[in-house]
Amino acid sequence: MTEQTASDGFDWTSPAFASQLKKRKRSQLRLKLLGLSAIAIAFAMLLLLIGSLMSTGYQAFTQTHIALEVFVDPEEVDADNPERGGYRDILTATMHTQFPEVADDRAALRKLTTVLSNGAQFSIRDAVVADPGLIGQTVTFDVPVSDPYDQLNKGLINRDTPEENRRLKDDEIANFDLLKDRGMVTKPFNIGLFTNADSRFPELAGLKGAIIGSFYALLTCFVLSFPIGIGAAIYLEEFAPRNKLSDLIEININNLAAVPSVVFGLLALAVFLGWFGMPRSAPFVGGMTLALMTLPTIIIATRAALKAVPPSIREAALGVGASKQQVVFGHVLPLAMPGILTGTIIGLAQALGETAPLLLIGMNAFITSAPSTPFDSATALPTQIFIWADSPERGFVSRTSAAILVLLGFLITMNAIAIYLRNKFERKW
Amino acid sequence: MTLFAFLILLVAVVTGYILNLRAARAIRAGGANLHSLDGFHGGFSALVTLVPTFLLIILWLLFQGTIIEALVKASLPSGTLDGLGVGEVQLLMSEIRSIAGGRVFGTPEDWKLAAADHLVSLRATSSWLLVAVTSVMVIGLIYLSRRTVSAEFRARHGFERIVHGLMVACATVAIFVTIGIVASLVFETYRFFQMVPFWDFVLGTSWEPQIPLREDQIAAEGAFGMLPVFLGTLVIAFVAMFIATPIGLLSAIYLHEFASSRVRSVVKPVLEILAGVPTVVYGFFAILVIAPAIRSFGTDLGLPIAPNTALAAGSVMGIMLVPFISSFADDALGAVPRSLRDGSLAVGATQAETISKVLFPAAIPGIVGGILLAVSRAIGETMIVVMAAGLIAKMTINPLDSVTTVTVQIVTLLIGDTAFDSPKTLAAFALGMVLFLMTLIINIFALRIVRKYREIYD
Repeated sequence: MTEQTASDGFDWTSPAFASQLKKRKRSQLRLKLLGLSAIAIAFAMLLLLIGSLMSTGYQAFTQTHIALEVFVDPEEVDADNPERGGYRDILTATMHTQFPEVADDRAALRKLTTVLSNGAQFSIRDAVVADPGLIGQTVTFDVPVSDPYDQLNKGLINRDTPEENRRLKDDEIANFDLLKDRGMVTKPFNIGLFTNADSRFPELAGLKGAIIGSFYALLTCFVLSFPIGIGAAIYLEEFAPRNKLSDLIEININNLAAVPSVVFGLLALAVFLGWFGMPRSAPFVGGMTLALMTLPTIIIATRAALKAVPPSIREAALGVGASKQQVVFGHVLPLAMPGILTGTIIGLAQALGETAPLLLIGMNAFITSAPSTPFDSATALPTQIFIWADSPERGFVSRTSAAILVLLGFLITMNAIAIYLRNKFERKW
Repeated sequence: MTLFAFLILLVAVVTGYILNLRAARAIRAGGANLHSLDGFHGGFSALVTLVPTFLLIILWLLFQGTIIEALVKASLPSGTLDGLGVGEVQLLMSEIRSIAGGRVFGTPEDWKLAAADHLVSLRATSSWLLVAVTSVMVIGLIYLSRRTVSAEFRARHGFERIVHGLMVACATVAIFVTIGIVASLVFETYRFFQMVPFWDFVLGTSWEPQIPLREDQIAAEGAFGMLPVFLGTLVIAFVAMFIATPIGLLSAIYLHEFASSRVRSVVKPVLEILAGVPTVVYGFFAILVIAPAIRSFGTDLGLPIAPNTALAAGSVMGIMLVPFISSFADDALGAVPRSLRDGSLAVGATQAETISKVLFPAAIPGIVGGILLAVSRAIGETMIVVMAAGLIAKMTINPLDSVTTVTVQIVTLLIGDTAFDSPKTLAAFALGMVLFLMTLIINIFALRIVRKYREIYD
């Protein structure tokens, strides 16, 4: 060996070779570092994405409230007709008792009431309507403050900016600080984010309508796409003869999986709304549209799960005299079910985040009440995010991030369930 | 009422099942040998009742609205609809509908009230008729299927034939969806080209779809030239691919060649998270973080950067596509036969040389296919650009400028406007057609490359 090496005339120990080897190793290192930095960039972006959402969104999970002792003046509210009371005047009077010095200045008094959310009068009204016995009494109400003061309390308004560039003037800040010093200001968890529907006022806007709308849409999507997807997959995998028709179906399914989502929106707009006259903005129609998009995912996942069941199961069942369908529905399908469910949940998670087709069928309408049936107008979580992201009020920035965090929470839960199902029930043959 | 019809159907299905099951058991108890199991007799009855009745109810629900509306229109006093445009008729009908729903604004004319009453009574008739027809139908079907029960009747064959038919129907849904997409796009696009000449759309360089509200307004025509919109789409897609391709490829190379399996098992799922984030979230991320960052960076350099610069939307889209390209490239590299790799390493090449000189060239078709699929995604991606890109179409290829895309225009043209008779809404369908064709061609081309490549090594 050694003699051969010597005889081929190449000196493996020469400095020329060593430097070449060094160069080659350097380029190897370079590629490795490039790859590492590519992954690092991707990770950094993910961290930036989540970090920025968290840092803007966490503020929206609390809401500044103010505890007011409200005297429900019998002169303002008629016990026979409590819906039509002068609740705004009651609130003005309440603020007046807090700041007696602004007695006669109506403009200053009105400015004081802007501390309170526009919804405060309605929450008092609702309480009085529910219990007319409150009329004539002094009751403590915990009402949300309006968005600028909420921002101030959360430290999002910089007190050092010059007054003319600030949303709240010095006297307004002073008034609020006075209330704060009296211990009337609290910052509890923002339940309204989950129990209120949409609103023009950030401090009142919540996700209830969007969550229920998304739920109805996903339910419709599941009810339609799950049986149809499984039926189609079983046919294609177990029964379909190799002919033109089944080839055509397969090409169609693969192409549908790659059609841009907005095109499905156009389809829904033209066919469901235009030709069949279905209601606009309804979660049911949204669910039907999402079902069309989820169908290819479910079909592909189901086929993979069916394929993974070993042929010996089929042969054994056939051998003891089961019919082809008895084999599939009695043996193959139950064994494939964990895989099918995993694929379905992942498909539904994709559908939950889908926005564009829902925009085209009008699920971005401004609706201030939660839907009670799947046929009522509603928004969905992603379209609600889109609406809030478009709103000019500062308070909606953190609400949008919070809504996104809620949406991501749902997605993570669904994917975690899918992974759990796969790990728990998947069988290795 | 609709719920009631479904309830009747449910009860009928269960009844039919039990009736036939009992009958079959009775025959068996009498000593006869049945061809099929008792359950199949029951199931046969259930399916025979369920399928046609269910179809009937669905069709009824789909078409009753249209038919009732037509009847109400026909019952209006003659002459009221003369000379009204499509939009005005729609407005009138929705007014009648809201009167019928009890929401009366002002004092409507008497004939509108009459029409609303007519609408209410027609709706009531329709739902009663639905329940009646459903009941008659299920009774008839239960009776018919009950009569089939006998020792010789091959209930299993009948049952399985129906199930088979249902499965075929499920499988053809995919075809119908495609037909629906193509039909709706072609139909509306055809109407669009009746209003706007074909070549003006394809070769026009000005996109101003604003339709005047009053006739005397200037720019009464509106311009529908798709080239600037198309160009904007390409600019953003190019920016996205410029970011996604190197990051995706390099991370795939690292994961495939250098990373230990433990690193792989952590990094891959984390990368996949990027693909699972909804696009509306990326859109918000673009306007919240990326666009301001790019703008302040540009101001530092003294570059004129538009508020809705194509860079912001494009780069965020690029991040979204990284896992897509990475997983495609990983698959392509993995599909290269091991012998090629081992051979290269055996003659003394470093891992880097093996990748760049052997594996990469061999995997190129698969990688190109994956990149093409990513391009088609970038072109069809909607929410990121709707939120972060501009609305005004410009003939520019400058990524610092604000451009608009096909999907942005589709969404903005159709939000809040459903009149199907203006070129403005129909233009969205024409753009949808362009988008559909573009992505379809790229997809077919990409899949062909990927498949051809697989044939070489398998």
